[in-house]
Amino acid sequence: MIHFVLLISRQGKVRLTKWYSPYSQKERTKVIRELSGVILTRGPKLCNFVEWKGYKVVYKRYASLYFCMCIDQEDNELEVLEIIHHYVEILDRYFGSVCELDLIFNFHKAYYILDELLIAGELQEPSKKTVARLISAQ
Amino acid sequence: MEQLKTIGRELAMGSQGGFGQSKEFLDLVKSIGEARSKAEEDRIVLHEIETLKRRISEPDIPKRKMKEYIIRLVYFEMLGHDASFGYIHAVKMTHDDTLLLKRTGYLAVTLFLNDDHDLIILIVNTIQKDLRSDNYLVVCAALNAVCRLINEETIPAVLPQVVDLLSHSKEAVRKKAIMALHRFYQKSPSSVSHLVSNFRKRLCDNDPGVMGATLCPLFDLITIEVHSYKDLVVSFVSILKQVAERRLPKSYDYHQMPAPFIQIRLLKILALLGSGDKQASENMYTVVGDILRKCDSSSNIGNAVLYECVCCVSSIYPNPKLLEVAADVISRFLKSDSHNLKYMGIDSLGRLIKMSPEIAEQHQLAVIDCLEDPDDTLKRKTFELLYKMTKSSNVEVIVDRMIDYMISINDNHYKTYIASRCVELAEQFAPSNHWFILTMNKVFEHAGDLVNVKVAHNLMRLIAEGFGEDDDAADSQLRSSAVESYLHIIGEPKLPSVFLQVICWVLGEYGTADGKYSASYITGKLCDVAEACSNDETVKAYAVTAIMKIYAFEIAAGRKVDMLHECQSLVEELSASHSTDLQQRAYELQAVICLDAHAVENIIPSDASCEDVEIDKNLSFLNSYVQQSLENGAQPYIPETGRSGMSDTINFRSQDQPEASMHGLRFEAYELPKPPVPSRMHTASLEPSTELVPVSEPAYSRDTHQVATVPSVSDAGSSELKLRLDGVQKKWGRPAYSSSAPSTSSSTSQNTVNGVTQVDAAGSVISKAHKTNDSRKPRVEISPEKQKLAASLFGGSSQTEKRPTTASHKVTKAGSHAAGKKSQAPKSAVVSNQVTVEKTIHQPPPDLLDLGEPAVPSATPSVDPFKQLEGLLDPTQVSSTANHGAVGATESPDIIALYGKTPASGHSSSAAISLPTNGDGVNFTAGLLDATISTTHAGTTLPTQSIKGLNAKDSLEKDALVRQMGVTPSSQNPNLFRDLLS
Repeated sequence: MIHFVLLISRQGKVRLTKWYSPYSQKERTKVIRELSGVILTRGPKLCNFVEWKGYKVVYKRYASLYFCMCIDQEDNELEVLEIIHHYVEILDRYFGSVCELDLIFNFHKAYYILDELLIAGELQEPSKKTVARLISAQ
Repeated sequence: MEQLKTIGRELAMGSQGGFGQSKEFLDLVKSIGEARSKAEEDRIVLHEIETLKRRISEPDIPKRKMKEYIIRLVYFEMLGHDASFGYIHAVKMTHDDTLLLKRTGYLAVTLFLNDDHDLIILIVNTIQKDLRSDNYLVVCAALNAVCRLINEETIPAVLPQVVDLLSHSKEAVRKKAIMALHRFYQKSPSSVSHLVSNFRKRLCDNDPGVMGATLCPLFDLITIEVHSYKDLVVSFVSILKQVAERRLPKSYDYHQMPAPFIQIRLLKILALLGSGDKQASENMYTVVGDILRKCDSSSNIGNAVLYECVCCVSSIYPNPKLLEVAADVISRFLKSDSHNLKYMGIDSLGRLIKMSPEIAEQHQLAVIDCLEDPDDTLKRKTFELLYKMTKSSNVEVIVDRMIDYMISINDNHYKTYIASRCVELAEQFAPSNHWFILTMNKVFEHAGDLVNVKVAHNLMRLIAEGFGEDDDAADSQLRSSAVESYLHIIGEPKLPSVFLQVICWVLGEYGTADGKYSASYITGKLCDVAEACSNDETVKAYAVTAIMKIYAFEIAAGRKVDMLHECQSLVEELSASHSTDLQQRAYELQAVICLDAHAVENIIPSDASCEDVEIDKNLSFLNSYVQQSLENGAQPYIPETGRSGMSDTINFRSQDQPEASMHGLRFEAYELPKPPVPSRMHTASLEPSTELVPVSEPAYSRDTHQVATVPSVSDAGSSELKLRLDGVQKKWGRPAYSSSAPSTSSSTSQNTVNGVTQVDAAGSVISKAHKTNDSRKPRVEISPEKQKLAASLFGGSSQTEKRPTTASHKVTKAGSHAAGKKSQAPKSAVVSNQVTVEKTIHQPPPDLLDLGEPAVPSATPSVDPFKQLEGLLDPTQVSSTANHGAVGATESPDIIALYGKTPASGHSSSAAISLPTNGDGVNFTAGLLDATISTTHAGTTLPTQSIKGLNAKDSLEKDALVRQMGVTPSSQNPNLFRDLLS
């Protein structure tokens, strides 16, 4: 399952966090600090996966924004990579060519969309159309 | 550094979306964005939190305002600050009747609280009410919260309702209900174990989304217990087949793959079901083979499915043909240029190697490449593979590699991991004792404190016991080689504590055993160790004991012992130590030295560390003493469980305490807000019905009473602010749950009515599956209409309709102003030098950029292109913007990219994200410029612009809005403007 979702900017600023497993506020800060240290320093051609404390973190960079998801050891990394992309495509559809500023100022909407896509750390809706329909119904 | 001076854009966004964030909030976000350091950001946030604290507790805040406050709290919490003062307001907001506010409340609450938070109990009632709501969006919001917030204790309070929702008419609700049940199952398997059959039923749901969701809990269930789900193999296979044959609605396609996420989940399940089961596996061969063959390996998602297939093939009962195909896939992965695919290739190679070890050989070179890759992730994965491949023939190379890598990294977590791997491999495959000792030395030296203490103990035991063969010579050779290497290593600074312990122990036991080193030499070394680590009592203790052993062996051998001077001072120092353990050891040492040879031999026999020491666990040697005391009239010992007197107090505590320690008290307190001031409570305290009286009986009667009344209350649907928790009373003890029991039973009966074909037998499941498919076909046909509907609500086609108009509007606008623009162009003095460069490269197509060209030679090269864009749309402002345009200073190429896209922005067809062809760009540019320039070969517009015309247009629009708001972004961080997908 997905343990948490992080969106961080290239400068290490947090744009969105969603935790599916219990983490205290302190742990959260620590996780974010550690991970941004690891991920932001990785070169562009390396793999999009990082093994981290017995978990795997899959990340992908879009413009200046890094989307990271932390998953279990036995999960399929490529699938998660596509879940990230799926999320971005839905965001794109919703905001109409989404860019970082959309997420900075409308982070709550990004949360709503994420809630339709993932629930309890699992992908709940693989159909873009359905997500779009639900979001627009709200 | 990041600067968000582009705030205006968001202002525009805010007003667009109708979310009505106030200027204040946007300013806040902006100022945080502009903060130059973390400290400054913290200062701003802390200040803001103070203000918010004051404001949020004011009475009568308008709801809109409150919602914004909550969103601000979410923002602060996201930035890592503590916003706990506002949690309660978020909880209150979930009570609100308006959907928007309610959802905001739920969102905030799910983000703020973990499931063990005290406030959860306050939300349960709202959730219960909302789960019964007629509006399915409210139900969805509540279910989202259920997944995050409901804990083991509160599951019974919502469980019946969630189960009811499994047969809700909206698929979104069914889906979330399933996920909620899944969550319950993860948290407390026993609470939902009787509902497992529901998952099976939902597998035949009409909606693929619901079916897909059901696979999550089923996967978990099957992981735990494979056997009771073998009957589902056939249905899983048939579902997978249908998916692969594209029988699901088109909307589930992802990058031309039919429902890949569902395929992957199914493959995972099949891998579990087919593991070690030949019969089940035979059912799967065809479909897995088909997917392997047909899957598109050029897209990422296709590779994800392929990888999952390989995993499945390597897990189920082996089939040579499939293994062959899988090996092909792996070699494709490994040969790929993408690091991701290499990584997956290494991983799947590790899986397949169990089945057919020979395939590793053809990939040797690729594996070595990966091992030497600069990418850490890939390297680690490769080590994983090597670990699986290790044999006694290659162990030396592999472990050496691992240790080298271990030394080079800083990540303690992984260091520990790889160290334990080294130890494991060395223990298992060591070709020689000498190598083993050396390897262990290296591991301890570099990762000593990270290695599990057990490993050290294992090593000591191994040295003591030898390698198990009855070859004393070999054993003593092992020992002396160990001693030698330790004496060699002991002088090095900063050895880890665990390693020193091992060294001390080994030197103590075997230092003088082969007679190569004298006792004084060894004890001298040990004293050095003890002195060197004056802070580490464990090492000191080991050292002292080792010294004692050496002397004891000397005495036993009949040699005269003269204690070294330094040794003596050490003992004296330790006998005054704060640690009683060290003191005792020091005194023991002194005592032993004074004894004669015979006695010493008995106390510390030489090389006896492997002898078994018998321990009398029953303490039988005390029996006579106990007997004597009993005869003298002492009370016999009663074990704790058997003490009758105690049991009362224990029971009492268990009844009474929970009310205090769990949410009990709180629950009571909120329920009765009316009884005024404590003073009256005192007068009333004589009556047994007050909850404050800690007598348990009346409290129970109250509970039962409440349970009885609750259902009626809930039926009436009263919205009074009172905590209702039917079922939760279970915590208090016996009478609980009477209310929820009937409701569950009714719900199950309902289920059987609703789901007509919900029979468990495999055969009927399949037939149902087929049926669902039949019923799906008509859906496919209507789907275009549905698509339109959905799109018209927000997504796709509305864009198709809207955008052209706005675009064309803009075009005309731009076009009509074009003349003026041209005349103003010199004044606006545009186009940064990069653009010039680019233009010189793509020599002179008369495209949009030409507008600025006349100015280029004379222009100050540092003008913000955004300003010029502004000029395109609103020429009246150009002159003013041009003046302070110099702020933009040196622009990074990103902006140019954006700018370069402008020409394509009018591209008006196709609402989809599909790439516009160059031709579209041509049309537009032509359309835009025909007023001024008689376009010729507009097709040669900057190559960059053809990436994504639509998006570019959007960003332009957004940007235009910014300017209409009267804000001028200096856009020093152009990345912010960049479309994520471009």
